[in-house]
Amino acid sequence: MELDFSVVIEYFPRLLTGTWMTIKLVLLSIVLGAIVALPIALARISKNWFISGVPFAFIFFFRGTPLLVQIFLVYYGASQFEAVRESFLWPMLREPFWCAIIAFTLNTSAYTAEIFRGAIQAIPEGEVEACKVMGMTKMQMYHRILLPRAFGIVLPAYGNEIILMLKASALASTITLLDLTGMARTIIARTYTPIEIFLAAGAIYLVISIFVIYIFRLIEKRQNRYLGTLSIKVPDKG
Amino acid sequence: MLDLHGFGDQLLQGAGITIQLALCSLVVGLILGLLGASAKLSHIKPLQWIANFYTTIIRGVPELLTVLIIYFGATTVLMAIAGVFGYEEYIEIGPFAAGVTALGLTFGAYATEVFRGALQAIPKGQHEAAIALGMHPRRKFFRIILPQVWRVALPGIGNLFLVLLKDTALVSVVGLEDIMRKANVAVSNTKEPFLFYLVAAFMYLALTIVSMVVVHYLEKRASRGLTRG
Amino acid sequence: MNLKKLAISSAVLLTAAASSLSVNAADTVRIATEGAWAPFNYIDDNGKPQGFDVDIAWALCEKMEADCKVVTQDWDGLIPGLKVRKFDAIIASMSITEERLRQVDFTNKYYSGGLRYLAPKGKEFDLEKLDGKVIGAQRATLAAQYLEDNLADTATLKFYDTQDSVYLDLVAGRLDIVLSDELPTYDWLKTSGNGDAFEFKGNSFKKEDEIGIAVRKGDDLKEKFNKALDEIIADGTYQKINAKYFPFSIY
Repeated sequence: MELDFSVVIEYFPRLLTGTWMTIKLVLLSIVLGAIVALPIALARISKNWFISGVPFAFIFFFRGTPLLVQIFLVYYGASQFEAVRESFLWPMLREPFWCAIIAFTLNTSAYTAEIFRGAIQAIPEGEVEACKVMGMTKMQMYHRILLPRAFGIVLPAYGNEIILMLKASALASTITLLDLTGMARTIIARTYTPIEIFLAAGAIYLVISIFVIYIFRLIEKRQNRYLGTLSIKVPDKG
Repeated sequence: MLDLHGFGDQLLQGAGITIQLALCSLVVGLILGLLGASAKLSHIKPLQWIANFYTTIIRGVPELLTVLIIYFGATTVLMAIAGVFGYEEYIEIGPFAAGVTALGLTFGAYATEVFRGALQAIPKGQHEAAIALGMHPRRKFFRIILPQVWRVALPGIGNLFLVLLKDTALVSVVGLEDIMRKANVAVSNTKEPFLFYLVAAFMYLALTIVSMVVVHYLEKRASRGLTRG
Repeated sequence: MNLKKLAISSAVLLTAAASSLSVNAADTVRIATEGAWAPFNYIDDNGKPQGFDVDIAWALCEKMEADCKVVTQDWDGLIPGLKVRKFDAIIASMSITEERLRQVDFTNKYYSGGLRYLAPKGKEFDLEKLDGKVIGAQRATLAAQYLEDNLADTATLKFYDTQDSVYLDLVAGRLDIVLSDELPTYDWLKTSGNGDAFEFKGNSFKKEDEIGIAVRKGDDLKEKFNKALDEIIADGTYQKINAKYFPFSIY
């Protein structure tokens, strides 16, 4: 069997249309996911079992089951019920785009909440005490010290989460969305050239994730510039 | 008892396939991870390039695409390679083999980073002490280095296994009869998507819990040399 | 850590993995079907493929005195899978089209199809003008291709991995109207319990649609299948299978 990459050139504009859909899905779920994640993370830190129990179960469910199952539950599972179909939510649940956004947002918020929790808990107790000694109010403390610090700590893990989300967004193709993978599969239905088109789609994903990594390196550098020019030396082996 | 319309047995069979797939991919992934880490830490530049190329590609492409590309592409590639050696018979790569390859490659790419960190965490003195005791490099690696790498890497590897377990669901797309596909078949026969996808979700959750218990036990075992006073 | 034990269990697992990567015996004919296109092909609750296509496949194998294996594969992977030799023939209610003939060879027809619209009862459609409607079909089918060629600019088209998902979404109300092959939909209306809420709209068209068995280009399996096909039609086996699923001839 011979490979024929001319189909990639012919269908490249359609792959780009799919890419745009992928980018919309990822951006929207990441932003919404972060918004949902913050209260979950704060509740999860609570020592009161009544407050931390629900977020614990939420995080456990969404991190312990495949995203593919979650998408199918939202898209096909929910629409099975009359009550859902007649509720005010239906105009939204009717659209595969919003079903994907709901599943992705819930999924990524479970992971992001754990990242936030880790970051908040990673700030040394001494810094909080130092703020109090300086006579800062709680607002000032969060605004000036804790949140910027947590932001710096969160960055690498959060960058990773965005790339994981980008890759996970390929599952949108299973509920009729024409994202990059969905578009690739639709093109293949016409051309019967799976290897060529899938490789091309893979290359586009790769370019996007390399771009995300690059952006996060830049932000990290900026964010941690107070560490000065002092570079952390990793000793050479051997 | 839940009424699963007679699909309970099918789902359990699917769980068996899911577990087999996860364990086989784990073995392949661990080997690739150790090789990748060794390559990244070696002094030979081309080895470093290959390892970097491997981890960058795999970590930047969706697992679903990796599964699809290997399922449709690997036969062509393998047969081309076999053809070079004069072997012309057809080589079959079924959904299971494609799944093990794709998930093993993915696991290996992430495990490379975990093992690299663990290898670097072993103090130089340990190497020196082993050499001073006259150990052969291979003996040093298996007796001194690997057990410690194992201990340091375990939490990371455990997390990766949980990810792997969930990624197995993707292989259903190329026809593997795992939990997910059995659930799909049950849905198309009974028109009860909510019930069967929820049951599938809880089966994965149960597997996750079992894996967490095993990883916890292994972690305790691996660090018993440290905690004993 | 007991490394020896780990090494041994790894070796066992690897052997298991390797054995799934088998060299196929040359004389087995592997026939692929979809398994989600009732009553032509579907998976029963024992996990076995069943249906008209599968019955035809076994009947042909018997006449050819061939050792056969029926495997399932998602619809949009069928032709790509045939081309990379994952199996030797497709008996999955596949229409003989010009585009497919560029990729594979087809035997003579083993039944005839036709497309027809399906929608909820009580809703009226002007089938000549479906502007702005949400229309569903299965990806990579004749119906999908027809919609793409004729309505891509005026209506919203949604393509699914399986026909079952198309039905699910029609019942859920995400689709206004569905275009699919007439015969499986006829069966769905009769057996799924949705017959009182949905109905065909308009007459069937594309009646010239012929369903054949796909084989790789130049494969002599084609002639063997054609011969066996003539035989089962001549000796009444075909008619028996036909009667099991439809009260009228679908040839």
